[in-house]
Amino acid sequence: MIFASLFETAWHALTTHRMRSFLTMLGMVIGVAAVILMLAIGQGAQAMVRSAIESMGSNLFIVMSGASTSGGARVAMGSAPTLTFEDADAIRELPDIVAAAPVSPGSAQLIYAGFNWSTSVFGSTPDYAIVRDWPMASGSFFSEADVRSGARVAVIGQVVARELFGDEDPIGKVIRIRQAPFEVIGVLGAKGQSLDGRDQDDLVIVPITSAQQKIFSSSLRNRVRFLMAQAVSEKAMDDAESAINELLRNRHRIGVGQEDDFTVRNLTAIAEAAASTTRIMSLLLGAIAAISLIVGGIGIMNIMLVSVTERTREIGIRMAIGARRRDVLWQFLIEALTLSLIGCAIGLALGIGGAWLVGTLVGLPVSVTPLSVLMAVGVSFLIGVFFGFYPARRAAGLDPIEALRGQ
Amino acid sequence: MAESGKPLIEVVGLEKDYPTGAGVFQALRGVSLSIALGEFVAIMGASGSGKSTFMNLLGCLDRPTRGSYHLDGKDVSQMSSDQLAALRNREIGFVFQGFNLLPKLTALDNVALPLMYAGMGRQARRQQAQATLDRVGLGERSHHTPLQLSGGQQQRVAIARALATRPRIIFADEPTGNLDSETSRQVMGFFSQLNREEGITLVLVTHEADIAAYARRRIRFQDGRVVEDVAIEEAAA
Repeated sequence: MIFASLFETAWHALTTHRMRSFLTMLGMVIGVAAVILMLAIGQGAQAMVRSAIESMGSNLFIVMSGASTSGGARVAMGSAPTLTFEDADAIRELPDIVAAAPVSPGSAQLIYAGFNWSTSVFGSTPDYAIVRDWPMASGSFFSEADVRSGARVAVIGQVVARELFGDEDPIGKVIRIRQAPFEVIGVLGAKGQSLDGRDQDDLVIVPITSAQQKIFSSSLRNRVRFLMAQAVSEKAMDDAESAINELLRNRHRIGVGQEDDFTVRNLTAIAEAAASTTRIMSLLLGAIAAISLIVGGIGIMNIMLVSVTERTREIGIRMAIGARRRDVLWQFLIEALTLSLIGCAIGLALGIGGAWLVGTLVGLPVSVTPLSVLMAVGVSFLIGVFFGFYPARRAAGLDPIEALRGQ
Repeated sequence: MAESGKPLIEVVGLEKDYPTGAGVFQALRGVSLSIALGEFVAIMGASGSGKSTFMNLLGCLDRPTRGSYHLDGKDVSQMSSDQLAALRNREIGFVFQGFNLLPKLTALDNVALPLMYAGMGRQARRQQAQATLDRVGLGERSHHTPLQLSGGQQQRVAIARALATRPRIIFADEPTGNLDSETSRQVMGFFSQLNREEGITLVLVTHEADIAAYARRRIRFQDGRVVEDVAIEEAAA
């Protein structure tokens, strides 16, 4: 009952000094807008990284040919193909491994009925679809038999399907990859961007044997630059990694003390690191934004102190006609709260609008979650109470006689 | 006339000290007196005589350093600030020299203010405030702000505010100090009427003899002590 009146009183006091109230609020407006926007962008970036990680495939290893450092003569990873198809088969037999695929990457121009498109061409095995958790949109992936026979079949990504075929159904059509004809037998599902920003749907996958013979005319048949392998679970990753290391050292006859001619990398761990970096980044952005909220709160405290001094006489009058100390306390506290909450509301509107703008202009999947809105409102409320309390207590602590005499 | 009712106000050995740079200033040095329900008392004295301090104590705005103050039989000197606020709200009305209205509020809102602190609902307090303004003859001006009203009208709004919670005592501190003589007469006439017709106890602080003459008892202060306490003949004004 009296609270409703106090809000009315607060509203009245704030509308009396419109400009001042607005400027005081501005700190809160900017703070809240910044928090909402930063959290939205941070969450958007996290969502992007998460979907990139999911699209990569789970519990993933990449085994590269060559060592990261190779004694005196340093050779870049993957520069000398030391891994063989048999290595992949052997890795697949390890107990903690689900699938292992040798991969021979390259690029080539595709031609279909007058359209052409340059894209990545991967030679691999059916295990590739397993390790990458890559479902088919239509048709099917090629088989082990296709790999053994070096069949001229291809599965294509969404982008290639769109660029070469448009609305046409690609299944059964013959495309030319660097002049060699291949029959399209499947279209891969969409995966979107990878962690390093490449479009994963812009590729063609063919049996690795066909790729090496018909497309890349590689001099090193049966050898590949890298393998991909999937462990049975996240827990098995460490065991699987040492098992792969041990297996390959045996197979490549690397003695104790000699350097490996391969490198095993836990891609999932790298991806998780990227994700946590993003998480820390967005936390940092939020923290910086939160500082501006605090500055806004200090602005409110400053103006409330001025207001208490200015209205000393009013406080005296109110006390003389029966306001208790707590009534005066509440009056100023509610005024501070009203300031911060209205500022918060405007800031929310600006922040959500800004997030939407960033989302449409930059294409980042920004998301304003109910949690971040709730947080902004909660923090504004706390700031109103925290920074409003001191001036309010000062007002309530005034001596009525002194206050009545004051100007 | 002074013994016409039970003592509403009773002070014994009232003292008030103020700390100053040079030691302690004794504003009141032992004041004992009682005021009955329905009295109309003028308190006079030069500035610094202690009359304002005495008023502040009687008005529950301050607490005595020593001595006792019983208001309607209750010991005020021991009350908490919340209890004093409640007394000021319900038992006491103040009228000041400078009117002390809140300049941004309308007359109606000013008068309704003590009712808000009394915990009355919005609708009820607006009605009661309007009725009180009608009583002081300003019913039609209820939506004017103080600056749109003349001095006399402002003081009548202030009186309406003092009357809003229907207190039994009104303290008026130089209520005509800012008014011309004609308006002063009207305001004092209204006070007399309140006292006579509604039995409201009036304590008036003034240094003007012709204003004091409206009262029926005169108490004169000097150097923190009561030096005169006499009944005034009727029809002196």
